[in-house]
Amino acid sequence: MDTDSDTDFAVVELTVNGIGHRVGVEPRRLLVDVLREDLGLTGTNVGCGQGVCGSCTVLVDGASARSCLMLAVQAHGADVVTVEGMATAAGVHPVQQAFLDAQAQQCGFCTPGFLATTVELLDRNAKPSEAEIRAALAGNTCRCTGYQHIVDAVVRASEAAS
Amino acid sequence: MSTTTGPTTGHSTAWVGADLPRKEDPALVRGSIAYVDDLRLPGLLHAAVLRSPHAHARIVAIDTTAAKALPGVHAVLTGAESLDVIGPLARFCAEEVVEHAIAVEKVRYFGEAVAVVAAESRYIAEDALALITVEYAPLPVVADAEAGMAEGAALVHENLGSNVVYQHAFTFGDVDAEFAAADRVVRRELRWPRATAAPLETNGAVVRFDAASGRMDVWSNTNLLNFGAWVMSATLGVAPHMLNFHPLSVGGSFGSKHFLAKQIGIAGALAKVTGRPVKFMEDRADNLLASDAQAPERAHVAELALDADGTFRSLRVKVVDDYGAYFMLAIAGNTNPLSQIVGPYRIGSVTYDVTAVLTNKNQQGVLRGAGSDVTNWVLERLVDAAADELGVDPVELRRKNLIPPDAFPYKIPTGNFYDSGDYPAVLARALELADLDRWRAEQERARAEGRYIGIGVACAQQRSTYYASEFWFHNIGAPAPFTTTAESVRMRIGPTGGITATLFAPFWGNSQETVTAQLIAAELGVDPAEVAIDLAPTMHGLPSAGPGGSRMTVMLSGAVAGASKKLKDKIFEIAAHQLEASPDDLELRDGVVSVQGTDASMSLADIGMAAYWQKASLPDGMESGLEASFTYDPPFFTLPNADRTDLGAFYPIVGHGCHVVVVEVDPETGQVEFLKYVAVHDHGTVVNPRSLEGQIRGGIAQGIGVALYERVAYDAEGRNLTASYDEYVVPGAPDVPRVEVAFLQTPSPWTAHGVKGGGEGGRMIAPPAVTRAVEDALAPFGARIDELPIAMETIVGLCSPP
Repeated sequence: MDTDSDTDFAVVELTVNGIGHRVGVEPRRLLVDVLREDLGLTGTNVGCGQGVCGSCTVLVDGASARSCLMLAVQAHGADVVTVEGMATAAGVHPVQQAFLDAQAQQCGFCTPGFLATTVELLDRNAKPSEAEIRAALAGNTCRCTGYQHIVDAVVRASEAAS
Repeated sequence: MSTTTGPTTGHSTAWVGADLPRKEDPALVRGSIAYVDDLRLPGLLHAAVLRSPHAHARIVAIDTTAAKALPGVHAVLTGAESLDVIGPLARFCAEEVVEHAIAVEKVRYFGEAVAVVAAESRYIAEDALALITVEYAPLPVVADAEAGMAEGAALVHENLGSNVVYQHAFTFGDVDAEFAAADRVVRRELRWPRATAAPLETNGAVVRFDAASGRMDVWSNTNLLNFGAWVMSATLGVAPHMLNFHPLSVGGSFGSKHFLAKQIGIAGALAKVTGRPVKFMEDRADNLLASDAQAPERAHVAELALDADGTFRSLRVKVVDDYGAYFMLAIAGNTNPLSQIVGPYRIGSVTYDVTAVLTNKNQQGVLRGAGSDVTNWVLERLVDAAADELGVDPVELRRKNLIPPDAFPYKIPTGNFYDSGDYPAVLARALELADLDRWRAEQERARAEGRYIGIGVACAQQRSTYYASEFWFHNIGAPAPFTTTAESVRMRIGPTGGITATLFAPFWGNSQETVTAQLIAAELGVDPAEVAIDLAPTMHGLPSAGPGGSRMTVMLSGAVAGASKKLKDKIFEIAAHQLEASPDDLELRDGVVSVQGTDASMSLADIGMAAYWQKASLPDGMESGLEASFTYDPPFFTLPNADRTDLGAFYPIVGHGCHVVVVEVDPETGQVEFLKYVAVHDHGTVVNPRSLEGQIRGGIAQGIGVALYERVAYDAEGRNLTASYDEYVVPGAPDVPRVEVAFLQTPSPWTAHGVKGGGEGGRMIAPPAVTRAVEDALAPFGARIDELPIAMETIVGLCSPP
């Protein structure tokens, strides 16, 4: 990572959804602003700006991360996946399909964060119980659904994967 | 089916009521939907707001010199400077409660805007805020309604001469005589907490002003877009016909995004000053401090008069409501409940005595239930209290007093009507699904083991399809403009038969596209998947009030029916002409018009092609094209009288629900665990069951929130203690139970397809059921719950020896 202390400027190299990027940023710039504003990936949303609601959750090297708390410079060299990177030409990701089938979204603002959390959960635990699912989703807030349809979607996704 | 002559419409599938996936969802799971913060315009500037650290103070001086000098800053505006470009905010009250988007002369709540910045980025704008210095002269703080009413209290608005901004006792029937004649009066003092919607997406606006044409474009997550031109024109200083509001997808509202006049005003002022498009997007603190969407904070003295046998006679509710520092929506949150103040019960007379007090807090807006959530809780608390005092089963007491199914349409004492219902059937179904008797046995067994299980049952109303008259009719003696909120749809069948429907309201997390497609499918006999939906900005719009007050599905049902009729008339006229048949012999089924009993037929594509490109094949004098629009008005209303002893039928499409809740409470930790949650609702004909189930489950989560967790808290100096999601706690996945939802469907006699609205019912009915379940669990401790939220520490306190 190149930095220039005189101009307070850093060049961050990162891969987002399989595409390499080289982005010049102020060191204080948040990863979510690079994703949304510099790269135009507006599927990731900011709900609270302090890591509580989980709306901005993306996958960084396969692990869920709050992009509103992470500086872009911290993502130097990382492989980032946002909601835009989940679907392929062949269709939506199985977790997205499960969310569709269970109608796990109403306004959709929190959905990309829940999708990222769910992908990480199922990577770790292919057959989570309902209690494990609810615990894993505890860091993501949804104000619309009452969570039941989201929990159902995670169950569907885990069943579809088996 | 039809006994009148004319063409027949049919379809292979009953699309109304079909359990279809939502049309909205694919874009949501792909993240390709556009919310206001996603909007990019060339030259876009970003705004940030400096907020008051005082709840009540005079603004002595503001120095913005250093902020203006920061590279990248385009404009800094104080409230006084903003008056050159914008006017005061619109208000729906008659009282002279003046509010500016940016405070002028003094601040009236902690977090009120005192200066705004527009800069190249939000980072620079916030840097600039740190360079602004403000000198304040603090004033005594009016910390709550009681303090506001006290003799010699500081005045939030000096020009009013009092903090009591409204006081009136609405009386319907001879309440005093009924109380005097009653065998028993049950009385409770009940407090409802200041909650807020706190949707995941904060409020925002992008405003572009073109000085050359005088035209202003507004992209915002407001629902004000439908009223925006006339409501916001004076604030923005732009003639109504030069204002264009664009519908966007909205990341949750629950009523909190009805107006956003302040957010739009700030972006609008900066756009006018800079000549550039400006975005103001609240951060979470902006939203929780100053969104103008906090909800009722009410102290009640509530009394139910009844006979010794448990028959309800009369209701008296005295409410003091803490409105916060401004009064934009007047007392609409207290007049809204007059649509259903007697709940599902036969109660012959009512007094509702409202005192509205201004305090140094952010003001009230709308939150799912719009005040009727509160009165549902108050009435159901009284019913439970009455059962306790009479020593009778609360379920039986409810059943005894329910309005019987043969009494509809039923006029309640306030003048509003209930259109239809079968309340005993809803109750019976809920009890059956919940297996109440088993849980009562379980409760007894658990108590013997020292475990505390409680059961709560609530029966309550969900008025739907708001007309908005509650915003006006409280001004006794003044002319009472009776508002009717229309909704429109424009439908077009293209030359290849494809159907497009244009709507005029934003997507709010509800399912307007899905239900519109289903309704069109039902009317035209096509597959809903083939219907494309478009949203039009207000300059191209037809009358619309958008989502809110549980109205969209009802209103779209009527609008689609009306537009479809016009389209079908033309379709049949073209087909009759081409097929040389009488229109009475035609039928439209699965997208094909045929002459009944023959092979002669035309597809919608054939008819579309003729309508657009084959004038010679159309009947003489027919206009080319195949498009129709229809504006649907509320289907039934009566007018209020002059002294407001009859408010008229202003909210007469009324749903109903019964919730049965079983909880186990841990007296050591105060933890509430849900063991069973059943919700049986009747919202008339259901258009899309899974969508409505989602609305009900989501509403219940919010109802659990207000019952157990949610409260906007201010300290004695008026500082907001809950300006983040860490402190304003909303329920998470582990806190909300699985909810079994079932529907009864008593069609409305007044709406298309018999549809009623159901978007608010979950939140409106859950709080009393949850409250009672916790209270019942703690009955061995003699606990009585008169205040929400029932925080864990409250429970521990109730269970501790005195």
